[in-house]
Amino acid sequence: MNTVLRIEDLHKSFKIGFIPKGKKILNGISLEVHGGEIFGYLGPNGAGKTSTLKCVLGLIFPDKGDIEIFGQSNLSVRAKEKIGFLPENPYFYDHLSATEFLSFYSDLTLVKKENKQAQIERLLQLVGLKQAAGLQLRKFSRGMLQRIGLAQALINDPSLVFLDEPLGGLDPLGRKEMRDVIVRLKEEGKTVFLSSHILQDIEMICDRVAILVEGQIINQGTLQDLISEKVTVTEITVSGIQIEDCEGLGEHYSAQGGRILLKVYEEEKIANVLQLVQDKKGEIHALIPRTETLEDIFMGAVKQR
Amino acid sequence: MKIRAIAFNTFKEAIRDRILYLLLFFAAVCIIFSRILALLTVGDRAKIITDVGLASLSLFGVLMAILIGTGLVYKEIDKRTIYTLLSKPIQRYQFLLGKYLGLLLTLFVMLVLMALIFLVLLLLYNYPVGGSFFIAILFIFLELCLITAVAMLFSCFSTPILSTLFSLSFYLIGHISWGLETLLNKIPQGGVKTLARFLYVFLPDLENFNFKTEVVHHLPIPPKIILFSTLYGLFYTVFILALAIIVFRRRDFI
Ligand SMILES: Nc1ncnc2c1ncn2[C@@H]1O[C@H](COP(=O)(O)OP(=O)(O)O)[C@@H](O)[C@H]1O
Ligand SMILES: [Mg+2]
Repeated sequence: MNTVLRIEDLHKSFKIGFIPKGKKILNGISLEVHGGEIFGYLGPNGAGKTSTLKCVLGLIFPDKGDIEIFGQSNLSVRAKEKIGFLPENPYFYDHLSATEFLSFYSDLTLVKKENKQAQIERLLQLVGLKQAAGLQLRKFSRGMLQRIGLAQALINDPSLVFLDEPLGGLDPLGRKEMRDVIVRLKEEGKTVFLSSHILQDIEMICDRVAILVEGQIINQGTLQDLISEKVTVTEITVSGIQIEDCEGLGEHYSAQGGRILLKVYEEEKIANVLQLVQDKKGEIHALIPRTETLEDIFMGAVKQR
Repeated sequence: MKIRAIAFNTFKEAIRDRILYLLLFFAAVCIIFSRILALLTVGDRAKIITDVGLASLSLFGVLMAILIGTGLVYKEIDKRTIYTLLSKPIQRYQFLLGKYLGLLLTLFVMLVLMALIFLVLLLLYNYPVGGSFFIAILFIFLELCLITAVAMLFSCFSTPILSTLFSLSFYLIGHISWGLETLLNKIPQGGVKTLARFLYVFLPDLENFNFKTEVVHHLPIPPKIILFSTLYGLFYTVFILALAIIVFRRRDFI
């Protein structure tokens, strides 16, 4: 498998305070991203996701460590010709209109003059900003800035795209559209590196993930490796039976309207519950098997610290 | 090409900024005020108008250079527009040069506008305009090139308010440092004299770009002096730009 991004033993500390005191931000990060995958870089706020990306993009310089993009130094112009970057909470030149802005950024890349206009129109269409093409960026909402940010990241048709918290600032519909675009990028053969502190919505589109806590990667691999498909608990909501009858079946809670919520941990006991409900002529309102989520792993790892 | 794209964006941003027009307006007021001042005084009115007019051009040009120049790099960092810009396939020095040239273009346009207003006023009252007038304005522009580089250098590592103070100090020191030469002749040999001589060599001498006296009194400007002042301005500017590039090269944008 071809490696498009390789980070090795990355260390970074910031000097902060009046009397500069080094604060360790990144503590020996190593990872590899393969061509054509969606790589999720996950971790709670302040874990160091943005700092890692800034090192990769040459916005800050690591104290120690190696970064290679397509086998070249991350600081080389050659490497940067093949990448795109959407920062978190992006903000752009507010004196420019969407079209002017994309045209300006296009001039900084290898995009040919004759393809420029078509490329800009295609991208505005892709991110759903066709109507706002002539609008000045100062009038853009947060969600619109996120969209134009994605458009500028794709201006040079990059092979590797870095997205920092791409779903931030978007409403549910916008989140779905952004996810669809990310999946489409993968289908076009691009590699996507995305960072996020929210797992929901993201975990299902990632091929592989790394979990970052306090500047260290505590776990990485494919989702199947990290998450067992096994059902850990089944939640059953029933009514028409007495709470005393539920003893020994699992955790039980009374819910409103005389309903009872049962958390059944052993699979064979599910049948017992169903039998009980049938005998008592009760009703089943819901039966939801829960598998372990990335969220569980995430929370477990954060708690361990 | 990439430098040009950044320069034009900087130009576009600057000419959409209100502060530029405010300064242009005050410059026009001052130039026209020189006519009123001339009416109120006895003596050669043409001289007073030329003197006050050229001084206004220089002063407001410097104010524009400093007020916009000190925000040039800082604003990009503060608003985080630099994150995406530097992730494009450009080098950091290209970014700096683009910003610099963009502001120079802006200042050039503004200087031409101010000079036009001034020229119209002079022609309106039939005051003679010689070739030295244009040379003087060219050297005001050269001074602006240097001041802009200085403002940008400070803005690479400091806030706009501090950078403005630093740049203004540079400008003021630059215009009084020639006094050191007189001082040099008066103090006796010794440590103090060596220090003064050292300062004299390294402090900017912006009076090299001041040809007001020659214009006002219709004196010829020797080519040798023109050559010296041009080289002085170019070398000083390149030196400051090189410093800015070095400071900016390894900077973290956190
Ligand atoms: N400008 C800064 N100065 C000092 N510390 C910072 C700065 N920016 C971020 N940090 C610290 O660096 C750590 C990592 O931040 P960041 O990379 O932004 O995390 P994430 O993107 O995962 O939320 C945090 O602990 C944060 O407090
Ligand atoms: Mg972040």
